[in-house]
Amino acid sequence: MSYLGIVALVAAKDLRTELRSREQALSLMVFALLVLVVFNFAFDFTILDFGSLGPGILWVAFIFSGVLALNHAFRIEREQDRIEGILLAPIDRSAFYLGKVLSTVIFMGTVEAVLVPLSAILFNQSITPRLGLMVLALVLNTIGFAAVGTLFAAITTQTRRSEVLLPLLLFPAAVPIALAAVRATSHILAGRPFARYANWIYMSAAYDLVFIAAAVLLFDYALQE
Amino acid sequence: MTANARSAPAAPLVAVRGLVKMYGGFAALDGVDLDIGPAESVLLLGPNGAGKSTFLRLVAMLQRPSGGTIRLWGEDPARADRTALRRRIGLLSHQGFLYDHLTAAENLVFYGRLYGLAMDAGRARAALAEVGLEGRRDDVVRALSRGMQQRLALARALLHDPGMVLLDEPFTGLDRHGARMLQAMLRARLDGSRTCLMVTHDFEPAIPLATRIVILAGGRVALDRPAAGLDAPGLDAIYRGVTDLAMPPPSAS
Amino acid sequence: MRAMPSRILIALTALAVPVSLHMALVVAPTEEKMGVVQRIFYYHVPSAFMAFLGVGLCAIMSALYLWRRERRFDIMAHAAAELGVLFCTIVLVTGPIWARPVWGVWWTGEVRLTSTLILWLIYVGYLLLRENAENREQAARWGAVVAIVGALDMPIIYKSVEWWRGLHPKVLKISGGGGLDPSMERALLVCTITFLLLFATLFLERVRVALLEDEVEALEHAIGRRPAVAAPASGPGGTRS
Repeated sequence: MSYLGIVALVAAKDLRTELRSREQALSLMVFALLVLVVFNFAFDFTILDFGSLGPGILWVAFIFSGVLALNHAFRIEREQDRIEGILLAPIDRSAFYLGKVLSTVIFMGTVEAVLVPLSAILFNQSITPRLGLMVLALVLNTIGFAAVGTLFAAITTQTRRSEVLLPLLLFPAAVPIALAAVRATSHILAGRPFARYANWIYMSAAYDLVFIAAAVLLFDYALQE
Repeated sequence: MTANARSAPAAPLVAVRGLVKMYGGFAALDGVDLDIGPAESVLLLGPNGAGKSTFLRLVAMLQRPSGGTIRLWGEDPARADRTALRRRIGLLSHQGFLYDHLTAAENLVFYGRLYGLAMDAGRARAALAEVGLEGRRDDVVRALSRGMQQRLALARALLHDPGMVLLDEPFTGLDRHGARMLQAMLRARLDGSRTCLMVTHDFEPAIPLATRIVILAGGRVALDRPAAGLDAPGLDAIYRGVTDLAMPPPSAS
Repeated sequence: MRAMPSRILIALTALAVPVSLHMALVVAPTEEKMGVVQRIFYYHVPSAFMAFLGVGLCAIMSALYLWRRERRFDIMAHAAAELGVLFCTIVLVTGPIWARPVWGVWWTGEVRLTSTLILWLIYVGYLLLRENAENREQAARWGAVVAIVGALDMPIIYKSVEWWRGLHPKVLKISGGGGLDPSMERALLVCTITFLLLFATLFLERVRVALLEDEVEALEHAIGRRPAVAAPASGPGGTRS
């Protein structure tokens, strides 16, 4: 099977498992929603402008639920040592890595697809004129987060304190993504011209390229015995 | 490569010299010398901590040795193309490596494709039929009994027709009936055309499958002899003599 | 026994420290706007250099380890990371101490300081991750992955924080370009060299200790495996039937 075939195979397996078990989707969604609600109570939005705070809040929600998704992605493989079935297979392990990134991006994307319109409704913000750019920003930054997150999660889920270690390592490393995501989203919502935030889009794209390349090279070391 | 080629000078599939595996300061394997030839069926026994599972995992290339050499089909896994070597090995563990929420057929299709086989529903069916699970092909693995899961795992392990089969406590958690079924399947599939290395505490169902008995104790080979003519009590006597311990109670009921 | 080069290094460092103290606290002129507290600059800046040196060295040693799998590369990577965290901490402590009397705030959100904070977090994470590995080889491997990702990330983090803060004038004028009195430059140079010597000394000592620890473990293990006292013939693994 070709390299990309393996990537698709792994992602498809994850998606099919999720469709059957629905273990993840619901808890991710609810968790992200909870974060939004907490912020809604934490700040008084009759005074504050959602446009300035909203993107930050949204991305906090996405990042926290993203960590849950990453932990889950590898917990399935850790249970019953299923990961050994993968380690024994005659495949390039970086293909497995990309498959996991793909399925994580899809899961996070699902949460984002629900939460962004929802927050737009809740806070009377219009996003439809700029939907395409919004999707671009979401996709690029989610990929970046998942790229580094999957590499780190492969490691941290082998430890006993994975819940603490993954955020500890990932949040600082993902700072460029967080900043790029919030800034780009903020400018897009405010309807500003592309040139204003083009650099943030390019930064996300560059981050994605650099770290996917690095992770493809490094992933085997994360899983070896 | 016939079943009687045990003592023939054919190149061994597995050639191990002075194998050492350390975990921190503890030596799980402390100088193991062993050859496994084509079509041999080796039963590896020993007390807990003797290094049996560690040895098997090193052969499976799931871990790297701390010292000594290991050669698979004459090649050094640290230097050779491990992907090519993996294609020739099948592992059946007490953990089935099966995905709970996928059906039996879906699991086989996944693994088949992972191993580069042209898998489709038809071929999955055929593989399931060989282990008597054709009727359960659309049941999710969660719904299968432990015995059925092990048979499915066996089908998975043999899907890519490996030249060497590794079995790590395959009878764990099986009742007597399940153990007998698995034993029958193994006997049918390992009919002397495949090399087999079996690690288990459940020697009773395993002995009839073995051509050779190796006992590990203290990280080294303590006994290495043909299995011909040995039955369970005979093996038990030898085992006691070698290890000064009673054979650990089999995990099957 | 310490080797000669190591002793020379320690001697040099011991000499350099009082010299640098003298240069920084006495010889260098007092800066007009900020006053005496500006002298922290002579420790803050070299510490930053050493922090980056530690991080860079860690990444290089990590890559070498993954390539060669030799224990000494891992030892050096670990030592470099520890020193990196140490000097990062100094930067993060001296920065606010400097900022408070001069600008009235502890934290200015300045680009360099913020980036250093993130760097600190990553390498503290590195050290914690290593602690949570099951064995030495795993700690080395995992650490190497994180160290390489961290080093690659640094320029990107810096850029992103810089863009985030916008383009208002830099609060802290650190660059040694125009505007720095020559005697201040000299003091900075002396302090930088001193810190470099300090780094090298600490690094070598740390590596030496790690190698000694390895030796002790190997000896303990050798004693445990082969008992010195005469053992009965049917010792572990010795029985043949």
